Amino acid sequence: MNQFFQINDFSCGYPGKFVLEDINFEIKKGDFVGIIGPNGSGKTTLFKGISGELNALSGSSKLKGEFIQNMSLKERAQNLAVVTQNIEVGSMTVEEYVLMGRIPYRKQFQFFETKKDFQIAEKYLDLTGITGLKDKYMNALSGGEQQLAGIARALTQEPELLLLDEPTSHLDITHQVQILNLIRRLSQQLGLTVLMIIHDLNLAGEYCDSLIMLENGRIHKKGLAKEVLNYADIEAVYDTVVITRTNPVSGKPVVFLVSEETFKKEN
Amino acid sequence: MQKKYIKWMLFLVALFVLLIISIVISLSSGEVKITLAQLPEIFSNKDSIEFTVLTKIRIPRLFLAISVGGALSLSGAILQGIYRNPLVEPYTLGISGGAALGVAIAIVFGFQAASFAVLPLFGFAGAIITLFLVYFLSLKKGALSINSMLLIGVMVSFVASSAMMFLMSISTPDNLQSIVFWVMGSLDESNNLLVRTAFYSSIAGLFLSYFFAQTLNALRLGEIKAKHLGINTKVTVKLLFVVASLLTGIAVSVAGVIGFVGLVIPHLIRLIIGNDYRILIGSSFLGGAIFLILSDTVARTIISPNELPIGVITGFVGGLVFIVVLSRSKSNFKLN
Repeated sequence: MNQFFQINDFSCGYPGKFVLEDINFEIKKGDFVGIIGPNGSGKTTLFKGISGELNALSGSSKLKGEFIQNMSLKERAQNLAVVTQNIEVGSMTVEEYVLMGRIPYRKQFQFFETKKDFQIAEKYLDLTGITGLKDKYMNALSGGEQQLAGIARALTQEPELLLLDEPTSHLDITHQVQILNLIRRLSQQLGLTVLMIIHDLNLAGEYCDSLIMLENGRIHKKGLAKEVLNYADIEAVYDTVVITRTNPVSGKPVVFLVSEETFKKEN
Repeated sequence: MQKKYIKWMLFLVALFVLLIISIVISLSSGEVKITLAQLPEIFSNKDSIEFTVLTKIRIPRLFLAISVGGALSLSGAILQGIYRNPLVEPYTLGISGGAALGVAIAIVFGFQAASFAVLPLFGFAGAIITLFLVYFLSLKKGALSINSMLLIGVMVSFVASSAMMFLMSISTPDNLQSIVFWVMGSLDESNNLLVRTAFYSSIAGLFLSYFFAQTLNALRLGEIKAKHLGINTKVTVKLLFVVASLLTGIAVSVAGVIGFVGLVIPHLIRLIIGNDYRILIGSSFLGGAIFLILSDTVARTIISPNELPIGVITGFVGGLVFIVVLSRSKSNFKLN
């Protein structure tokens, strides 16, 4: 059966240095999936493989039954949008920046943006709540605002699949929650399928439908958040002592860290 | 509808007006003063000195100023876009240095006696060879690294200028003088065919660049993000590099080394109208043309009947204007 997004026996990376192997998973339309794992476990490499920045060494990835490798760069950009960790700040206005998301739809000799381009950009500026910032320069924005602009730009590509690389790193809890609430809302309202790299296990557990845990270039475990986030797997992959409980309000898994000192006292 | 587009139009109109004003100034000033009112009379009397001065000296020179100024400035704007670095221009990448070396070789070995086209051809060849040298030296494991390309360009430029110094130190005083003259740059080109070729090819380069306006815009986000937006960066960066080098090659081969235009003009244009390449390409070309027309007018009138090398004027005026504008501008000044 063809799932919405499917990745089979996928392998990519830098032969001789680091290779991601044996990657198999599938995602249903509208799912919000988190990718977790320690530094160097291959999260970003996986993203590069999916977005086509790195060529697959073997295996395949399919979106709506179509091989991503076979898509032209333009088609790929219409189906797949990436928000990288560092949003490029330059002296362009937020509106200009968001309009860049329409580049994949531009015809060969089309010189100006169409009315539709402006409407779509406006729609997503509004949806991400940054319409008020549209005439500001990107480098005058705060980190959280830049991240929102990055998401607005990606949405303006009107993708089927949105890849987010740590959208909440370096942000305070207000902005972390604001951005994750937004993504959650988008995935539910627009039926947008989201794949997100995230370091914070508690945020991952609270917001993602399911999680993929990577370890040394392989999938250690995948499944629902409460299945993946248990102390045995976390300790095995992260080599860290943790305790897991359930959030009394949301019923989602919560991970507590235990310091060395406490750990010694308890034992 | 869009305010941005209206602003662009107005800016282009303003540049065209400036271009026409500078053309009039340039055509009328010099040893022989000519006013606009005299024009009908001059053109009806084809034996007059004024007619000869206009058609044989000032008009060809004007066309050369437009093509060379436009090409250098446009090439600078494109290179800055590829490298995402505001300091890049044909000079820093070694393309001009290579051209100068080519010409020095032709002069020292006495090839230039063969034909009027020898020096331009050697200059052009020097520029293009440097380009390929820089290009292939910076190919690392099959991938083109933009940063190493910049560094290698700077190094190649040093090597080329050392080689030229060497040639200059072993050449005869006569040859030395022609090399120095060429290196300082001049718009004094008596061959009509060369002027025409330079003009048409720089205009062609301008049109060609417009095919890449969107690519250059996407590159403002960086190579990887441009790729995420569906731009085939590998191919287009190479093509853009070739276009920029051809533009430089043409300019350098007819006018010698004229520095600073490719650096200063695109910057000033960016400060005024922004970094969108759809407007930047055309206005950089126009701005470069205007700047060189005016510089040339000053160069040939300020110590008349003698003539200053035009590089002296572009460096002096361009540099000063640049310093003043940069130290005054409060807006955060960034390329991208």
